[in-house]
This record gives sequence, structure tokens and C-alpha cells, in this order.
Amino acid sequence: MISVGHYLAVSAVLFTLGVLGIFINRKNIIVILMAIELILLAVNINLVAFSAALGDLVGQVFSMFVLTVAAGEAAIGLAIIVIYFRGRGTIAVDDANRMKG
Amino acid sequence: MTADLMLIWPELILTIGGLITLMLGTFLGDRQVGIYQLSALLTLAAATAAVVALFGVQTSVFSGTLSVDNFGGFAKLLIYAASFVSILIAPRFFTSGMRAEYPALILFATLGMGIMASSRDLMTLYVGLELNSLAAYVLASFMRNDDRSSEAGLKYFILGALASGMLLYGISLLYGFSGTTDFTGIAKAMGGELNIGLIFGIVFVLAGLGFKISAVPFHMWTPDVYEGAPTPVTTFFASAPKVAAMAMMTRVVIEAMGPAVGAWQQIIIFLALASIILGAVGAIGQKNIKRLLAYSSINNVGFMLVGLAAGTQQGVEAVLTYLLVYVVTTLGAFLVVLQLRDAEGNQIESIPALAGLSQRRPGIAAAMTVFLFSLAGIPPLFGFWPKYLVFEAAVNANLVPLAVAGIVASVIGAFYYISIIKTMYFDDKSDTEIPAGGGVIAEDAVITASALWLSVIGYLFIPVLAVISASAAAVLF
Repeated sequence: MISVGHYLAVSAVLFTLGVLGIFINRKNIIVILMAIELILLAVNINLVAFSAALGDLVGQVFSMFVLTVAAGEAAIGLAIIVIYFRGRGTIAVDDANRMKG
Repeated sequence: MTADLMLIWPELILTIGGLITLMLGTFLGDRQVGIYQLSALLTLAAATAAVVALFGVQTSVFSGTLSVDNFGGFAKLLIYAASFVSILIAPRFFTSGMRAEYPALILFATLGMGIMASSRDLMTLYVGLELNSLAAYVLASFMRNDDRSSEAGLKYFILGALASGMLLYGISLLYGFSGTTDFTGIAKAMGGELNIGLIFGIVFVLAGLGFKISAVPFHMWTPDVYEGAPTPVTTFFASAPKVAAMAMMTRVVIEAMGPAVGAWQQIIIFLALASIILGAVGAIGQKNIKRLLAYSSINNVGFMLVGLAAGTQQGVEAVLTYLLVYVVTTLGAFLVVLQLRDAEGNQIESIPALAGLSQRRPGIAAAMTVFLFSLAGIPPLFGFWPKYLVFEAAVNANLVPLAVAGIVASVIGAFYYISIIKTMYFDDKSDTEIPAGGGVIAEDAVITASALWLSVIGYLFIPVLAVISASAAAVLF
């Protein structure tokens, strides 16, 4: 029998992978965008699992909001990457160092 | 439902006004800067009037997801004022013509911030926060051809998205372990034994909110974004979102997590101390004035958190007063930065170039001195008063060590403010010409008014401020 605990474990693993993906990755900004999606999906798993366990619909409605906002966020993120690439000619993470201090 | 709509007039006005501004931009092209600016300013004025008209109403709308009360009203007035100034100063900065998107995005961000300040359900909180953040990411990278602006937008986006993710993870845990997203329901669940899920939820939510108010250790985006974003946008970032995020944090901490004081108080105390100290130490040695003001804002957020750590009504009143004075000071300081241009009209951001500013532009130098001393909290100026209130609240809540540490760290902070003033007044004139003129009357008026208010006149307003902040803070208790 799969309990809420199992879902929570999967989502915790996904969340950790997402956070690590942002901090460890030194190569490509697109990968960071994917890591962000991973975090949001981990949250969605949590919300839906809790919603099912509690017999309460709010969690599922919430996950709809999260999905919608995630789509908007991805669109804006890609747009920013495009103008960044146009100015710099690269999207390597290590090159984002015009400002330091 | 219709009755509910009557209570969210400010939000409705901002939505409609933002859409109208965007439509005007589509139909009139990029030449009619004045019209976009006017429509956005009128929208903000109308929304402000609506907030004032609703002052004193205390109820919640849409099944308790959004609350209409004095606390939200107070925060919204500050937010709208800051947005108003950010739109007012923009046309002169964007010399190639301000696009209609700028005022429209500010209006949408303002709408999101109003929702942040008055949400009393985790779902509205998240939607309001994202409405603000998504507009803010675009604003940060608004100068598309400027490398620093796009880099600022990119960094803001990545760290902001990470912060939203952490906040959401915390929200999902709070929801799962309390069974509801409503603040009252969560507070009820926190009243009993705290289980590990709720504690994790509190930690993640506070971490996510810490990013938004740029509290240490979640501050790393602030200096880069403040430096890279166009100056009017930095002015906006430093003022309005700080108010919204601080109001939201206060509401979450007091209304939703109120019964679990023991769990969140330590976190807030840590954030406060770390922000005050790192804000003060990090600013030393900065050569860019916008970067320095970013550290100054981190430092000031720390002081606000001292008031919040008290967790009492007095503490919340102190936070609100602090926000008001902070917004006035920050707007003034950034307006001064905006006035600094060399002979070719390029912005001057380096601090060494300000040497001898008192001889070139005595008025500007004097105003900057007032703002910096006020940010440092040096007594004759009004910036001292909210710091005093914050520490008083902390002492009354038996947080004497926190208050002592905060006061000591604020002395370190005074060092770098004074070193800029020394540069402006006592150093030999730099080679950079800073010609006068070209200023807009509105900008000079805002600088003069805020400098005067922060000098001694502010003290006359203390009784009024006390009444207003008390009526706003009382809502949460």
C-alpha cells in the first residue's frame, strides 16, 4: 500500500534534486530552468498527495495555480535568456559575472 | 459576490488601469510617453483614493481569502506612493522614449503587491507574490541592450524562482499538516503540539519570504540586481516590494504562525542579526552607489525584523512606522542618484566620482547627506525615530541581547554612510563634471519634500503616525 509518506519522500527527493541542480550546475542556464520546473513539480506532488489523503480539494486547486504560474514563469525565463544571449553570445552560468562584489 | 467586488476597488482599478495603459501603448506606439505616464499616474491616484475610502473597513472577502483592513490599507498606501514616484521619474531616464510596458508592468506589480499585503490565505498569497515577481523580472531586464540589465534580470529570475519554489514547498507542508490554507485554520493547527511537518513548513515559508525581503542569508541577489537594473526600476525594487513582502511576512508570522512563537521567533532573530551585521559590513568598500544602497536596504530590513521578532502589537507598529520612514528615505536617496549625470548625460554611479559634490551641486549634496544620516539613524534626523521604536519593542519583549547587538551593529553601519558624506564634502573635486539643470520639477519637489520631512518636520507627525500604525497593527491581534 502506498501511503502519503511515500509521495512525500519522492517529492522531497525531487525538490532536493531541483535545488542542487540550481547550485551545482555551472554549465547552462537552460538546465537551471529545468531545475526550477522540477522544484515546482515536487511541490505539486506534495499538494496532490495531501489533497487526496485529506479528502480536501483545495490542494488540487492550488496545484492548478502552481502549474499556471509555472508556465508563465518559464515563458518569462526563456525571454530573459534570449535577450541575455543576444547581448553576450553565451548562456554559460560562469559567464554571468559582469557585476561582482 | 457583488458586495465582495465593492470591497476590492483598489485592485479592480489597478487591473483596469494597467490594461488600458497597455492598450494605449499598442495603439499609439512608442512616441506618446506622456499619455502612458499620465494614465498610469491617474490609475494609481484613483486606487489610492479607493484605499483611503475603504480605511476603517475590516472584513474578509472571497470566502476569507483576501482581507480588507487597515493593515493592508496602510501597506497599500505606501506601495502606491512608491510606485507613483517610480513612474514619475522614469521618462527622463529612458531617454530613447519610455515604452508603455514600463508603467503597465509597474501597475501589475503594484496590484500583486496589494494582494500580497492583504492576503489571508496561502493561495492568494502565492498568486499575489507571483504577480509581483513576474512583472519585476521583466522590469529588471528592461534595458534590453544593456548587458548589466539583462544579467540583473537573469539573476533576479533564477533566485526569485528558487525562492518561490521554497516558499511553495513550505506552503504545501503547512497545507498538508494543518489541512487548510486559511491563516486562521493554520493558526489553530499551530496551537497544539507542533509536529515535524509543520516545523519544516515554517522554516521553508520563512526562507522563501526571507528571499523576497532580501534578509541575510538569502540576500545574494540584492546587490547585483540593484546595480544592474535601470535606476528607476531599482528605486521601485528598493521601496514598494520591500513594503509588500514585509507586510506579508508580518501577516503570515502573526496571523498564521502566531501560536507557534517559539518556532519562528528564533528564525526571525537570526535573520535580523545576520542582516544587520552583513548589511553593515558588506557595504564597506563598495564603489558603486546603487550597490551600496542595496547593502543599506539589507541592513534596514534587519532592523525591521528586530521589531517583528518582538511579536507584539508594539513591535508591528514599529515595523509599520519603520516601513514608512524607510520608503521616504530610499525614494529620496535614489532620486538623488538619478540626478547625478555627467556632461554627456550618462548616469554616474561610482562613489569616487562624487568627490567634491558639495561644491558642484550643494543642494543635492545636502539632500543626500540628510538621506544617508537618516538611513544610519543618527538622532536629529527622523530615521532615528523608527529605529528607537523597534528597539523599544524588542526590549519590552525581553529581547535585550538582540537590541544591544543591533545597536552595536548600527554603529558599524554608520561608518560607510559617513564615508560617502566625507567624499562629497571634504575630498578634492573629482574630474567628473556633474552639471546642474535638466532636472524635472517633480523630481526636485520630491527630493526637497522628503529631505525636509526627514529633517525635523517628521517629528511633528509622530502622534498621527502612532494613531495610524496602532490602528493598522491592531487588526492582526
